[in-house]
Amino acid sequence: MKILVCLKQVPAKDAPLKLAPDARWIRDDVSYEVNEPDAFALEEALRQKEAHGGEVVALTVGPARAAQVLREALAKGADRAIHVEGANAHLLDSYAAAEAITRAIAGESFDLIFTGLQSDDGGYGQTGVIVAELLGAPHATIIMRIEPGGDAKHIKVKRELESGNFQYAKLPTPAVLTIQSGINKLRYATLMGIKQAKNKPLAQVSLEEIGVGPNLNRQTVLRLVPPSKRKGTTMITGTPKEQAAQLVEHLRNDVRL
Amino acid sequence: MILVITETKLTAPGKFNPASLEAVAAAQQLGAALQLPVAAVVLGADDAALAGELATRKLAKVVRLQNPALGAYNPDVWVQSLVQAVSQLQPRYVLFPHTYQVRDYAPQLATRMAGALISDVTGFRVENGQPIFLRPMFQGKWAAEVAFTANSAPGFLTVQIGAFRGDQAEAGAAAAPLETLAVTPGPSPLHAGEVFQEAKQAVDLTQAPIIVAVGRGIKEPKNLDLVRELAAALGGELAASRPICDSGWLPMDRQIGSSGQTVAPKLYLAVGISGAIQHLVGMKGSRTIVAINKDPEAPIFEVADYGVVGNLFDVVPALVTALKNQA
Repeated sequence: MKILVCLKQVPAKDAPLKLAPDARWIRDDVSYEVNEPDAFALEEALRQKEAHGGEVVALTVGPARAAQVLREALAKGADRAIHVEGANAHLLDSYAAAEAITRAIAGESFDLIFTGLQSDDGGYGQTGVIVAELLGAPHATIIMRIEPGGDAKHIKVKRELESGNFQYAKLPTPAVLTIQSGINKLRYATLMGIKQAKNKPLAQVSLEEIGVGPNLNRQTVLRLVPPSKRKGTTMITGTPKEQAAQLVEHLRNDVRL
Repeated sequence: MILVITETKLTAPGKFNPASLEAVAAAQQLGAALQLPVAAVVLGADDAALAGELATRKLAKVVRLQNPALGAYNPDVWVQSLVQAVSQLQPRYVLFPHTYQVRDYAPQLATRMAGALISDVTGFRVENGQPIFLRPMFQGKWAAEVAFTANSAPGFLTVQIGAFRGDQAEAGAAAAPLETLAVTPGPSPLHAGEVFQEAKQAVDLTQAPIIVAVGRGIKEPKNLDLVRELAAALGGELAASRPICDSGWLPMDRQIGSSGQTVAPKLYLAVGISGAIQHLVGMKGSRTIVAINKDPEAPIFEVADYGVVGNLFDVVPALVTALKNQA
C-alpha cells in the first residue's frame, strides 16, 4: 500500500486569534500545530503500513513554517514528505488547495489518499472529496475504521453517519478517505524517530511552479468579522432555591412548559 | 432560480429531515432578497411524503428525481443524478442542508459543475445585487464574509443546521406543482452496506423538544442521576458534551457538538458545560438556552438566554423540586 496523507498546519487550539491588517485572515504570530483530524489520518496511515507494508508519504500545502508538520510526520514514521510551499497558501479555497495537492503528486500513483475530515481554521470540510473528484477516484468520508476489502484491489471502511449511525462501504483502490478524529490512538515520536527523520527526503515544490494561486479560487473570503452574539443573557441570581423558582417562572412564560 | 436539494431522513425514510425545511426557509429568504423563484428537488427512498410536504410550501415547483438506483444513498449516484437535474433546471444558486450526507457528495457535485461550495452558511446579505454569505471560521472564533468568484457558476451552498428556522419556511397560497424528472445515473464502484447503530438505545436527539445536557462539571458518573432527574422532571432527553461520552459515562449517541449531533430544540439546558466551540456549534440554534455553571466567565453564557451562576449540585436539586411543585 502506498499511502499519501495530507496534513494542514493550523493555529493551536488555545492560540489568541487577532485579525491581520487586511482583515482577511488572522495575524501570523501565533503558535501552530497539526490539524487534529489530520494527525489521526497520519496515525492511520502508519498503522496500515505496519499491518500491510508499503510507503507513507506526508504532504502539506502551506508557507515555510508548515514544514514543521512534515518533520513531525517523518519523525513518527512517514517515509518521505512533500512540501507544497507558498506564502499565500492560506488564501486558497478548498478547490484551489485540492488542485495544488493533485498537481504536486502528478506522476505518482497512490493506493490510498487520506485527509482529515475538516480543518480547524477554514473548516470547509471539502478538500479530500475534491481531490477524489479531480483524480477521478472514489471516496468515502468520516472514516472510523479501515480493513482489507477481500482482495488486494478493495478496502472496506466504516463511515460515521449522523445520530449515532454507521455504515460499512466497500470501494476499490485507489481511493480517497477523509478520517475522523478518534479512529485510533495517536503515537508520540521517539528520539530514534526524530533522529532518523533528518535523513528522510523532504521534497519542495512551490505553488507558483504548479500554477496554483488564489486566481483559481471559486469562492473567496472578503473579510473576517466577529461572530454575532446572541441577545443579552438574563442572569438569574439569589439562593439556589430562589434561582430555581425564577427559572421555572421564566420557562413557563417563554417556553410554555 | 434558486434550487434547494432536500433530504429524506436517514433512519426513517419517508420522513422529512428537519434540516431540509431549514434549507427551504434559507432559500426562500435568499430568493426574496434576489427576486428569484425557489424550487425544491426531492430524491431518495420513499420520497413521496417529503414531496407532498414540500408542495405545501411557497415554491415554484417540487421536482422528484426518479431512478431505481435512488433507493439508497450512494455519492456517485447522487452526484450524477443531481448533475442532470441542475443542468436541466439551470439555477443560479443551489442550497443544501449541512448534513453528513451532503458533506459526502456536495463538494464533488460542485466541483464537477465548475462551481464552488460555500459550506456551513449561517446568513447572508446582498451588496450591489450580489449576495455575500456568512460562515464560521476558526471554530467559530471568527465569522467570514464569503462570496463566489467569477469562476463559480452556479453557486452551491450548505446551510448550517439551526441557523434558519424550519417553521419559518413560508406556506404557499396554493399547492406547488409536482414534477418528476427521470435521471440516469451510471454504476458506482462504491458499495455501501446497511445503516446500523452500535449503541443499544440509540436516540435521535434532533427530534427532542427539550434537552438537558451535562458536561465535565458533573465530576463523577454517579452524579449523573441528578441530571437524569432533571431531564425526567422536564420531560426532556439527556445529552452530554464530548468528554462525558469519551469517558464512557454516557453512550456516544447522546453527544452534542461538532463530532456528535447538532440540535435546535425548544429548550436546551446546559449543566456544568463550559461551552467549548465544538459544543456550541451543536446547540446554539436552540430556541431557548439555559446555562448552569459555577464559572461566570464560561463561554456557554454567551449563547445562553438565561444564566444561572452557581454550584450545579445545589441548583439542580432545587430546580427539580421547583418543577415538581408547579406540576
